[in-house]
Amino acid sequence: MKLEVAIGAQLGAFALDAQFAAEGGVTALFGRSGSGKTSVLNAIAGLLRPARGRIALDGEPLFDAQARVDLPAHRRRIGYVFQEGRLLPHLSVRQNLLYGRRFAGRSGEGELERVVSLLGLGALLERRSQDLSGGEKQRVAIGRALLAEPRLLLMDEPLAALDAPRKSEILYYVERLRDELGVPIVYVSHALDEVVRLADTLVVMSEGRVLESGAVGETMARMELRPFLGRFEGGAVIEARVAEHDLDMGLARLEFAGGTLYAPDVDALVGERLRVRIRARDVSLALARPESISMLNVLAGKVAALGEPSGASVDVQLDVAGTALIARVTRKSAAALRLAPGLPVYALIKSVAIDRHSVGWA
Amino acid sequence: MPLTPAELEILGLSFKVALASALASLPLALGLAFVLARLEFPGKMLLDGLVHLPLVLPPVVIGYLLLVALGRNAPLGAFLADHLGIVFAFRWTGAALASALMGLPLAVRAMRQAVEAVDRRLEAAAATLGAPPLAVFASVTLPLVMPGVLNGMLLAFARSLGEFGATITFVSNIPGETQTLPLAIYSLTQVPGGDAPAMRLCVLAILLSLAALMVSELLLRRARRRAQGA
Repeated sequence: MKLEVAIGAQLGAFALDAQFAAEGGVTALFGRSGSGKTSVLNAIAGLLRPARGRIALDGEPLFDAQARVDLPAHRRRIGYVFQEGRLLPHLSVRQNLLYGRRFAGRSGEGELERVVSLLGLGALLERRSQDLSGGEKQRVAIGRALLAEPRLLLMDEPLAALDAPRKSEILYYVERLRDELGVPIVYVSHALDEVVRLADTLVVMSEGRVLESGAVGETMARMELRPFLGRFEGGAVIEARVAEHDLDMGLARLEFAGGTLYAPDVDALVGERLRVRIRARDVSLALARPESISMLNVLAGKVAALGEPSGASVDVQLDVAGTALIARVTRKSAAALRLAPGLPVYALIKSVAIDRHSVGWA
Repeated sequence: MPLTPAELEILGLSFKVALASALASLPLALGLAFVLARLEFPGKMLLDGLVHLPLVLPPVVIGYLLLVALGRNAPLGAFLADHLGIVFAFRWTGAALASALMGLPLAVRAMRQAVEAVDRRLEAAAATLGAPPLAVFASVTLPLVMPGVLNGMLLAFARSLGEFGATITFVSNIPGETQTLPLAIYSLTQVPGGDAPAMRLCVLAILLSLAALMVSELLLRRARRRAQGA
């Protein structure tokens, strides 16, 4: 799958001007509400016609202003899971699930069974769609989109209307889609923990424009150096492998390119690959390797770049044997340590700062 | 107390006229409902006004205009009679046409509200599932407006049962052909000793109208429940 988007549109007072490319896996469109994420999804789905530009999927243009191509939504074969589910209220769950089948020219209960068991919909099939809870509605909406056999699945903040337990339940199902079905997904969210858990590619949007896009780890690292994103709960994302569990202490030893990381409450098996978000404010810096200290994670690296100071603090981008990390320190400390690009430093990370929300399957 | 054969005939004719007028106005009313609910065009207010005109115009004006346009000697009436074999003047079909016109505003209003209540995002969702526009209309829009369509037809039906002025002006008051319930009551009040049979018909008219309104309310409630369920 290769998705290319380069579009512009004027929507009332709001100017949309977005460009990015994505290949396979999960692409997260991340930004505050009102940053134009949903408009981009609608343009990809064919529900919004941009004024200019081009959208192509696997080289086939879905929209091309110059060539006057504008494939109607029903011929794009792009699934869409909306924020509010949008199940058809006059149909049962089963009828909703099968709605797209007839247009896809497919039938057969086999595929239905597969999706029903993947999403745990067995008990809901004969229910009326308006009798479902929020989480159930979203699961049906996901199943309905999948059964239409889409080439690409768009998800617009599918968790926004749900409470925390429902959120983690749906996230789990979205991870299964990604890992078991291999459906390419474009996922809109303003929640960083969802993005970190799911995304391979990250597209950061603000005020109708794409600020950064690329692989999730690198993009988050670059994004950190841009102060206008505000007090953003950010940090770096590293990919690591579970090397060992210390059951007595409840800690897992994770190995990554830059060294070793101890993290609590990891429920992955030894050998599994994880994605860990390390918030910038949880990373401290030292010039010498400290002794007699409670922090378990001490990683040797060097300063790659210094960000724009913001208030009393400044974000420092680190290079830990090729892996990017961010540390948020005070300007006072940065001055005292004379931090500058190239300076060798040790990054200190408290293990207890890495919680369940920071860890997801890679 | 059982109905007399004469009363049964009046009732049967009234139902036939009302049903025919409700069915005949359905396509036009639904079409107008969609046009008024979904399209913006110059002259929309004028069209809206024309549709509502029968609500405020004296019914006798409608009846007279129909007579002028579709009477046997009128060009249009003669053309329809000679080439298509359709005659309205002094026939029950004319009574149905007159009451269809009178009921049109009610039918359009009910259907338009139903069309406006349809969440267009559901139609967009259906399109992303591969449904072409006609299929979206048939499988999403139409089922969702159906309660409103039924309600509109019921209102047109009830309005037709009560239609008097346009009918008597256009097709006169012919027993067995155009004498519907209100016309029969009117005739009875014009003859000595007609009070008791007139009152019987009045009670019938009240019962019928009440039943129609109650069914209409039930349909409305169902439609509201459905709309909220989305």
